[in-house]
Amino acid sequence: MSTATSVSRTPPSFGEEALRAHPGRTGEPAWLGEQRDAAFASYQDLLSRPLDPEEWKRVDLRSFQPGKFRLADASSLSAQFQSLMDTRAEFAGIVSHVDGHRVESRLDPALAARGVLFGSLHELARSHGDLLKEKLFSAVRPDVDRMAAWHSAFLTGGTVLYVPRNVELKAPLYSLIGLDQAGAADFSHTLVILEEGAQATLLEETASTTSDRPGLHVGCVELLVGQGARLRYVQLQNWNQQTFHFAHQKGIVARDASLQWTVGGIGSRLSHVHQDVVLDGPGASGEVNGCTFATHRQLLSYYTQQTHRAVNTHSDLLYKDVLRDEARVVWRGMIRVDPGAQQTDGYQRNDSLLLSPEARADSIPGLEIEADDVRCTHGSTAGRVDEDQIFYLMCRGISRYEAMHMIVEGFFHSIYDRIAVDVVRETLSRSVERKLGIGL
Amino acid sequence: MSSVLKVENLCVSIDEKLILKGVDLEVRQGEIHALMGPNGSGKSTLAYALMGHPKYELVDGRISIDGESLNELEPDARARKGIFLAFQYPVTVPGVKVADFLRHAVTNVRNPNRKEGEGLIPMREFRAELKSRMEELGIEPEFARRYLNDGFSGGEKKRMEILQLAMLRPKFAILDETDSGLDSDAVRFVSEAISRLAGPDMAIIIITHHERLLEFNRPQHTHVLLAGRVVERGDARLAHELHDQGYTGVRQRHPEAAAEEQAAADAGNRQPAAAR
Repeated sequence: MSTATSVSRTPPSFGEEALRAHPGRTGEPAWLGEQRDAAFASYQDLLSRPLDPEEWKRVDLRSFQPGKFRLADASSLSAQFQSLMDTRAEFAGIVSHVDGHRVESRLDPALAARGVLFGSLHELARSHGDLLKEKLFSAVRPDVDRMAAWHSAFLTGGTVLYVPRNVELKAPLYSLIGLDQAGAADFSHTLVILEEGAQATLLEETASTTSDRPGLHVGCVELLVGQGARLRYVQLQNWNQQTFHFAHQKGIVARDASLQWTVGGIGSRLSHVHQDVVLDGPGASGEVNGCTFATHRQLLSYYTQQTHRAVNTHSDLLYKDVLRDEARVVWRGMIRVDPGAQQTDGYQRNDSLLLSPEARADSIPGLEIEADDVRCTHGSTAGRVDEDQIFYLMCRGISRYEAMHMIVEGFFHSIYDRIAVDVVRETLSRSVERKLGIGL
Repeated sequence: MSSVLKVENLCVSIDEKLILKGVDLEVRQGEIHALMGPNGSGKSTLAYALMGHPKYELVDGRISIDGESLNELEPDARARKGIFLAFQYPVTVPGVKVADFLRHAVTNVRNPNRKEGEGLIPMREFRAELKSRMEELGIEPEFARRYLNDGFSGGEKKRMEILQLAMLRPKFAILDETDSGLDSDAVRFVSEAISRLAGPDMAIIIITHHERLLEFNRPQHTHVLLAGRVVERGDARLAHELHDQGYTGVRQRHPEAAAEEQAAADAGNRQPAAAR
């Protein structure tokens, strides 16, 4: 089982020495440093054990050599990104990081005055230590698996959003996670805390400055949606195709709260995302939208869980994947219903569109239901682009390229229809268009 | 000056099997032609070959408009030159709205040199035009927002083909059994719609088994295909006669072609699968 153990030795760039010299340690509160050390111990322990085969067996990690990556000492402030979103909308606040270092952080002063926090984790850990100490790693425990432990030990910072009780943010917030230097590793964390009745939209994008410099992201997302709160969170993964992306992500949705979570998977050489949505209180609902487009030899893997812990909860997951060349997309989904979580409604669906015969999509839905009065359904389809469709469109004066684009856009349409944020729809559409241009 | 579509000695094969064996055809803008023949005689093959379907290999011959060869052109380039094929089996394209699709199509056909990514025709102008064409054809406005042919009934799909024809206004329209699978009201609707669209700027090549379409759109020229060759030519009377009497007479007058037809049928290939 080489695939499950290939990351089991610590390269010097992520050893004890490197942890001691971690640039993030400068000026960080003691509790965070202690958390690093404890996470490192967990990491060492977890390295000696195989990865969960249920989650990892379809992800071939042989091409991933952690020793080729290291933490960057500083970042270039002038890094230029192929960013898709930042110029396309009015944001109430922006936080950006490059190579694990903060380069920009701002928030509409009117929102700051109402108690909203939006900034870098590094700064907020100092200014709002009590809040972060309580919430950071409360959803994703550092010892839950190897990637989470690795992330916690080498945490490079990240973006924190806190919205107080009953505060509604109208304009979206934007977070950019960038990689610039060759071999740079980013261990950034996204923490969103919505108090009771709060509302916010956070758009996050990961991007590279170049198309050829290798990079590593070992990330973590925690979304804590308080009672009756509403969060829309979008993460568009748009790295270059030399970047490895690992992420452990979890949203916890309290009573009568709702979370709309949209994931775009466009970039990376290999990515594996563990995405959990936990419906933690009665009446909670979670909608998950996944939209991926893989080409060349990309491998994009998603391991999703929808956990219903309370009565009358609702979850709805839709992943749509487009694949071309020799790309591979793996989706392994699970709906869990705890005993007593009656009158729940869980749905999951994964559709794949294959643009070439060498592409491969694996779709494995699953249900684990321990309550008896529930409705849980799943479905998956995989199909090829029909040459008849292309011919038909070409007969109307539409070029092969445009026809292909139309068919792919049409395939994603049911996802776009669910995303109410124009900038997200446009961004996804544009990144699909840009990618379609490659090799055609 | 009116344009001429010229087909000379057209030989076309599908999967190495020769279907068209030297077809000649000359169609001038403004004319109506009927293309007739029994199943498997090559009518649909001719239609697809004119449009440039990749599965149809042009073994010999030439297709041209006003002397300019189309042989090497992709289907989209042919459409931009003014050829239109109304499909016998229109294709469903989920997620692509009729209006979006048509705006791209109309833009490309009217600006044949448009490069990818260049602007589309103005939305307001396009919408107004689409609205009035839809009204003329009795198509509900909500169809513009529906996905192309997705969940359409047989009759709705055929209407959609006619709407595309009305919007694109080609020089040469080929209607491949546009009346098949429709009830008599729908056939009447389609026939009337086509006769309204026909005019000096549009030639219509009608492939049909039915009389109705030709009643409303009286052909000046009828061509009869048998086993991949045009064996007879005439006017509207020939079409009428074939409709009344079938192809027995044609086969008797052309025993060699009839024998080839029989041989192909014996080989279990009465209707080439690729024609679908």
